[in-house]
Amino acid sequence: MNLALAMLLPERLVRLSAVDYAIIVFYFVLVLAIGWYLKGRANTGEDFFMAGREMTAWVAGLSFLSANLGALELMGWAGSAYQYGILATHWYWIGAIPAMLFLALVMMPFYYISKTHSVPGYLKLRFGESSRALSAVSFAFMTVLMSGVNMFAMAKVMQIVLGWPLSFSIWISSLTVAVYVSLGGLRSAIFNEVLQFFLIWAGALLIPILGLWEAGGWTNLKLQIAHNFSAQYVHLWSGLDHFSTNPMGIHWTGIVFGLGAVLSMGYWTTDFLVVQRILAAKDIRSAEMAPIIGAGFKMMVPFIVILPGLLGLAVLPEKLVPEPIALATGGHTYNDVLPLMLARYCGPGLLGLGITALIAGFMSGMAGNVSAFTTVWTYDIYRPLINPRGSDHHYVNMGRWTTIIGVLISVGTAYLVMQFASIMDYVQALFSFFIAPLFGTVLLGMLWKRATGAGGFWGLLCGTLSSIGMWGWVKADPSALRYVALSPDAKALAQDMYQALWSFLVCVSITVLVSLATQPKTDAELSGLVYGLTEVPSVGDVPIYQKPLFWAGIVVAVFVVLNIIFW
Amino acid sequence: MISIWFFIGLSLLVNGALILAAGIYQLVNPPENPAVVLFNLHAGVWWGAILFLVGAFYCLYFRPKRS
Repeated sequence: MNLALAMLLPERLVRLSAVDYAIIVFYFVLVLAIGWYLKGRANTGEDFFMAGREMTAWVAGLSFLSANLGALELMGWAGSAYQYGILATHWYWIGAIPAMLFLALVMMPFYYISKTHSVPGYLKLRFGESSRALSAVSFAFMTVLMSGVNMFAMAKVMQIVLGWPLSFSIWISSLTVAVYVSLGGLRSAIFNEVLQFFLIWAGALLIPILGLWEAGGWTNLKLQIAHNFSAQYVHLWSGLDHFSTNPMGIHWTGIVFGLGAVLSMGYWTTDFLVVQRILAAKDIRSAEMAPIIGAGFKMMVPFIVILPGLLGLAVLPEKLVPEPIALATGGHTYNDVLPLMLARYCGPGLLGLGITALIAGFMSGMAGNVSAFTTVWTYDIYRPLINPRGSDHHYVNMGRWTTIIGVLISVGTAYLVMQFASIMDYVQALFSFFIAPLFGTVLLGMLWKRATGAGGFWGLLCGTLSSIGMWGWVKADPSALRYVALSPDAKALAQDMYQALWSFLVCVSITVLVSLATQPKTDAELSGLVYGLTEVPSVGDVPIYQKPLFWAGIVVAVFVVLNIIFW
Repeated sequence: MISIWFFIGLSLLVNGALILAAGIYQLVNPPENPAVVLFNLHAGVWWGAILFLVGAFYCLYFRPKRS
């Protein structure tokens, strides 16, 4: 290749063959065909926004997990595993499993019985319009921004891995999502998420299998990592006694209380992006089983995400570095570990499937964002605040247009991030501000009948503001980390954990104090919304192996055993 | 209504067939300098075959039935 041509073509990690392109094109054709096929089944509000509430436990559960399994999640956590070792697994196990089971067994009955369309919708029923408006506006705003940030990040990945221009990746993927979600609504998003779930596994599973083969098994892999880096890279808990004895700079209290008890609970039980999938379940048993099925598969995700990162530590000939160093030296960043491993093991065809898995992951996350945004905008902002007297047909049309407009705003955000890359850090931090306090508000709303509307609203507002305040404090004065995260050795992830914990406590404290000073609702008004005043429907007279509690017990047992094995 | 599992089967079937075909081609015409490590395991052949078989099963089991 002559020099001029080489300079025109961007550098890329992998080169695709004709069969790889055929696999990628077939994927796009199939997702659009599913949207087209389902367009006749999205004519009413219940159909378009709630998928007719007829999803089985398996479909709802896999979609629930898939909406979270975005490409950035896959690549980012594989990179974190390379950077921090097996500690990254905490975000999949203690940072997910207890919360998913809590959603299934404790919170889901209330969401389901109240027949709400959304999490802000539950806040309306429990605390009143002001809490709903605060929650809905912040969620809608942050969801489209996050979608745009993820879109830009994914386009950047495609540029690095395949040499595709940024605009090409952004427009092709976003328009595809806009078409299939606006045609088929939530049902189309869910069906495609289940398809994407299978593609992600089919495309990513070969890497750990072949990687373990090359490394000589798990025991040899551990020895190589201990020799090349540190033995602490392969221990989940044993290095967490002190902030300075593990690669992440975190203490076990941050993992257990910040991540396990607050941040993950907030995300998995109140982020409407994931909860919406469960609300589409066909009955109460399916609604409870869906997060449990999701939890079972979530425990396995480290096999295709964390293990490739660890394998990269052992088998890759080059050392991966942080982004600023990579930019200066021309090396590869931590986040490149998954594509590098893909290119290492996957030849023609397999490479196309692996790239399709990344694209599918990105599109499932984006469809999740867009369908959740559409529902919250239509039912929690447009209908109560702008046009309360529209017909069902009018709201469905509003939903279709909102899908397209939401995608276009996301594309606009992506281009904005292209100009000002630092926005990305701010938006990602902003999103976390709302999660922990929202969990405090919803939890007290469900479990404490004395919580009042004023208490819910002020608790949510003060919790959110306290989180923003702590973040701004550390930005302005980095030495404040010793107070927010309890140690000057703490790193960014540790700060997030403690920030979540404190903002949750602020939210709960303010909610309790204001509630005790204000008039509560009557028991009759709280029926169906609060524990103790609600008759939780039975899952039916089914054999024990069909009961959610039985499967939750199995998941807990496996969760405990896994943590002990990798202690 | 066509089951979602049928669509998944179709996806695995077509992808499996393409990967299997590419794997067999490389098995018959091995490159001088393979671009991937563990080329000798011919992952494309057996992984493509697995996907093809699982996809075929899903397509048959969940095929649309005439009402």
